[in-house]
Amino acid sequence: MSPLMQLRHVGYRTPDKVILTDINWTIPAGAELTVTGPSGSGKSTLLRIMASMISKTSGDLLFAEKPLESYDPIAYRRQVSYCFQQPTLFGETVADNLNFPYQIRRQTPDHDHIVEALTKAGLAADMLDQAVDDLSGGERQRVALIRNILFLPRILLLDEVTAGLDDANKASIHRWLHHLNVDHQLTTIMITHDSAEIHAAPHLVHVTQGRLEVAQ
Amino acid sequence: MNLAVNNQSLFWAAFLVLVALAISLWQKLGLDRDIVIGVLRAIVQLFAVGYLLKYLFRLNNVFLTFAMVAFIIFNAAWNAKKRGAGIANALPISFLAIFVSTGVTLGVLILAGAIRFIPSQIIPISGMIASNSMVAIGLAYRNLNRQFHDQRQGVLERLALGANPLDASIAIVRESIRTGMAPTIDSAKTVGLVSLPGMMSGLIFAGVDPVRAIKYQIMVTFMLLSATSLGSIIACYLAYRSFYNAQLQLK
Ligand SMILES: Nc1ncnc2c1ncn2[C@@H]1O[C@H](COP(=O)(O)OP(=O)(O)OP(=O)(O)O)[C@@H](O)[C@H]1O
Ligand SMILES: [Mg+2]
Repeated sequence: MSPLMQLRHVGYRTPDKVILTDINWTIPAGAELTVTGPSGSGKSTLLRIMASMISKTSGDLLFAEKPLESYDPIAYRRQVSYCFQQPTLFGETVADNLNFPYQIRRQTPDHDHIVEALTKAGLAADMLDQAVDDLSGGERQRVALIRNILFLPRILLLDEVTAGLDDANKASIHRWLHHLNVDHQLTTIMITHDSAEIHAAPHLVHVTQGRLEVAQ
Repeated sequence: MNLAVNNQSLFWAAFLVLVALAISLWQKLGLDRDIVIGVLRAIVQLFAVGYLLKYLFRLNNVFLTFAMVAFIIFNAAWNAKKRGAGIANALPISFLAIFVSTGVTLGVLILAGAIRFIPSQIIPISGMIASNSMVAIGLAYRNLNRQFHDQRQGVLERLALGANPLDASIAIVRESIRTGMAPTIDSAKTVGLVSLPGMMSGLIFAGVDPVRAIKYQIMVTFMLLSATSLGSIIACYLAYRSFYNAQLQLK
């Protein structure tokens, strides 16, 4: 089976600092990967490069066997979707956030689909009219995540999306992501510092001082 | 006409400058040099403009009139650009925005018969339109810079969801257009109550019936609304792109 994404000798540096060095990583379609490593080691930077939010400064990145540069950045980001560490919600209400993926595709929001996603994430349908400022951390995180998957990407990049949530919330997000992986072959790559998540990870990858080691 | 300002009365009025100078020296404000330079510049520039305008009005030449309008627009664009530090192509963008806003507004006023196509009307009105458009664009630039800084995370998240740069920045673009237009709308609300604006004061000074003078001020209010809205919208829609690179990433 051909890999969905491939990084070859990928590096990232700012004018005064090397942040990532010689990253070689092959991501098979349908994988469920977990990334960990010390704070400041370059995990978020790596995922941001993969999401085309920033550009690598050396090496090659192939998505579906074609170089990242050959894609239209907007179409690419709809295929490789990045969910931020501590996301901010925009607009006033939850609905403003969940309608956004439809707006940028010039489609009318599919209310049933949105409610279905809310339910699967363990949120009530009447939350749509709630002000984003009134949401709890766990609700906020799940609303942000729903934005990323209303239109399913091929790869979902999750940057510490469960940090600061209680165990019940963590478990419900994990269950949901696992379903997406199994039912829709969604490839997920999740950064975490959580020891339980690291322990339970089927495939674990370490980033240390800007270098990547595949464990297990 | 009862206009009494002449060289002699100006000379005596110049003692008002001494008031400012005395305050600066007494309070050690360190402004004395700036006051002297400012006053001298004002005198020289205004005399030069006065003679230039007199010459242009007498010649009444279409090309010279347009050249003067172009010169005004270029200077306005140059000043607006200074507020747009960090915005690529701020000079051509400002020039286009001021050119279009001035051209359209002027065109409508001429077609409406509100002003006549003679240099003594075209040139001062162009100056008023261009300078207000300039201020609006400068405010809009400042707001673009500030909001792209403050709202960076929200813009990044929209991009990550696959939004194009306009969809990712539309809230900022709209807010900046609003910022550019706000002073004009505010002053439209208070005109006549708080200040008697220059156009109308000038006409009243020159002996024109106030009821006639206010009609000019109403026209000015209309034209400044058009100038600042056109200037802001053109400048913002062209400028937001410079916050993104070729890969449509936020710089
Ligand atoms: N634009 C930038 N300019 C300069 N340095 C940067 C930039 N972006 C990231 N860095 C630096 O790169 C290093 C890696 O940052 P990154 O956010 O990828 O770490 P991380 O592994 O995600 O850490 P954490 O676990 O704390 O989230 C850090 O030292 C950070 O300060
Ligand atoms: Mg991080």
